[in-house]
Amino acid sequence: MRVARHSFYEATARRRVDGLLDQNSFREFCGPAARIVSPHLPALGMPVAFDDGVVVGEGTIDGRKVLIAAQEGGFMGGAVGEVHGAKITGLLERAADVKPEAVVLLLDTGGVRLHEANAGLVAMGEIQRAALSARHAGVPVIVAIGGKNGCYGGMSIVARSCDWIIASEEGRLSISGPEVIETVEGIEEFDAQDRALVWRTMGAKHRRLIGEIDALVADDMGAFRSAILNFVGRPRPLDLDALEAEHAMLSRRLERFWDCADGRDVWARLGINDPAAVPALDADSFNGLVGALEGGRS
Amino acid sequence: MSEAASAMDRVLVELFGEDHGVVRDAATLTGVARFDGRAVTVVGTADRAVIGADVALRLARAVLDAMRDEPGRPILVVVDNAGHRLSRRDELMANNGCIAHLTRCLDAARRRGHRVVGLVHDLAVSGGFMATGLSTDLCYALPGSEVRVMAPAAMARVTKIPLDRLEELSAVNPVLGPGVENFIRVGGLEGVWDGDLMAHFREALSRPLDGADMRRALGESRGGRSAAARVAAAVRAGAAA
Repeated sequence: MRVARHSFYEATARRRVDGLLDQNSFREFCGPAARIVSPHLPALGMPVAFDDGVVVGEGTIDGRKVLIAAQEGGFMGGAVGEVHGAKITGLLERAADVKPEAVVLLLDTGGVRLHEANAGLVAMGEIQRAALSARHAGVPVIVAIGGKNGCYGGMSIVARSCDWIIASEEGRLSISGPEVIETVEGIEEFDAQDRALVWRTMGAKHRRLIGEIDALVADDMGAFRSAILNFVGRPRPLDLDALEAEHAMLSRRLERFWDCADGRDVWARLGINDPAAVPALDADSFNGLVGALEGGRS
Repeated sequence: MSEAASAMDRVLVELFGEDHGVVRDAATLTGVARFDGRAVTVVGTADRAVIGADVALRLARAVLDAMRDEPGRPILVVVDNAGHRLSRRDELMANNGCIAHLTRCLDAARRRGHRVVGLVHDLAVSGGFMATGLSTDLCYALPGSEVRVMAPAAMARVTKIPLDRLEELSAVNPVLGPGVENFIRVGGLEGVWDGDLMAHFREALSRPLDGADMRRALGESRGGRSAAARVAAAVRAGAAA
């Protein structure tokens, strides 16, 4: 029998933080009481949020000290503006100073907040550099994706600059949103209404199968918590050998799959007997399949 | 050769001479040029290229080679793109992962003591700017070039703010509209290279830097991003408010 789930997808940023950290361990930095809002939205007649759509602070998971940021997907699609971005950058810079056992980034975002576009874009460059600085200081940076917005735009580049990525079956990770591709290149290139196509191209299962993410979990707070704990205190190497290994992995991917038109073609070529069945697999069955594929390779 | 390509070539010739050694393969530029008697790796794109997964990997290879071949060799990143490539195939291959790899290579080069200088020629758009210019130590633009997140008409559609209102606001707030001047003010660009390119490049190569990310401080002092430096510092200090 299955126990009732505590959905990560449905939760707000604050509930995600509460659900993942040890009870009463969270201490927020520059919280809503400080009312640090966007200096740009009022001029556009847009509402502000007292946390500018991101919660940052420190706490513990199973007694282990972490810094954590959670984007609120309900505020402007989790988009990165000047203050929002500066909060995440400051958190990552703090990580290099105080060296917690991990930084956890709960990303739920469409990318740059267009209402403050230039500040948002530069902020993402700063977040990325700060994430890499934290890593160079020996602090692993763990990304979790499982909200309504997925992880798009520049933040998808940030995510792939971190140590580990965890996503639920609902998670998506890509640079371009489906609507953007359809609008610019036409419906023949990408039909954004075709949800199954979106998931086969950008969804967490495809990303796990091609090696873009490290763990796929069910949409459950406890499952995310366990997966995060598994990576706490485990930095990945960041030296020239690691970059060469990444280069070899990505080059091999393009050589093997560049002519594939669909996720199903990629999965078939990976040795999956019934690619059409992949989207319907639950997390456990899917992870069993991944385990069998990886076992077969080694 | 297109007009834009010949303009690009003029820049390379002005910096490195007729035998600059930079080779163009489709939209990518790679090569080892000489400047003031030392080798400089040149890597980048031309003709408003779109940065696809394959392009990102080609550029990353050149950066990795620079690190392997000669520790400390300066790297000039020529930035000329219309953003990342919008295609189903690139997304299927995870273009974000390939671009992240390129930016991580540039970041590694910076940290290993290669001076990484960016130069925007003609155009840099959003993810294409993040893939290149935002991963340098110092990024400059040539006169007449443009940096933007999105063209104003598209931005008006997406934000549902009327175009004329958007343009009016862009004129007073540098975080909103396209333009090199705006990106200078928010700290995303160091400045414009007009006149003697060699003198500018020489200065960029010799400027002492301590590795700290100066872009927020620049944005603050230039009045383009007044909140970022203060907010990031407060969070870094663990302040409640």
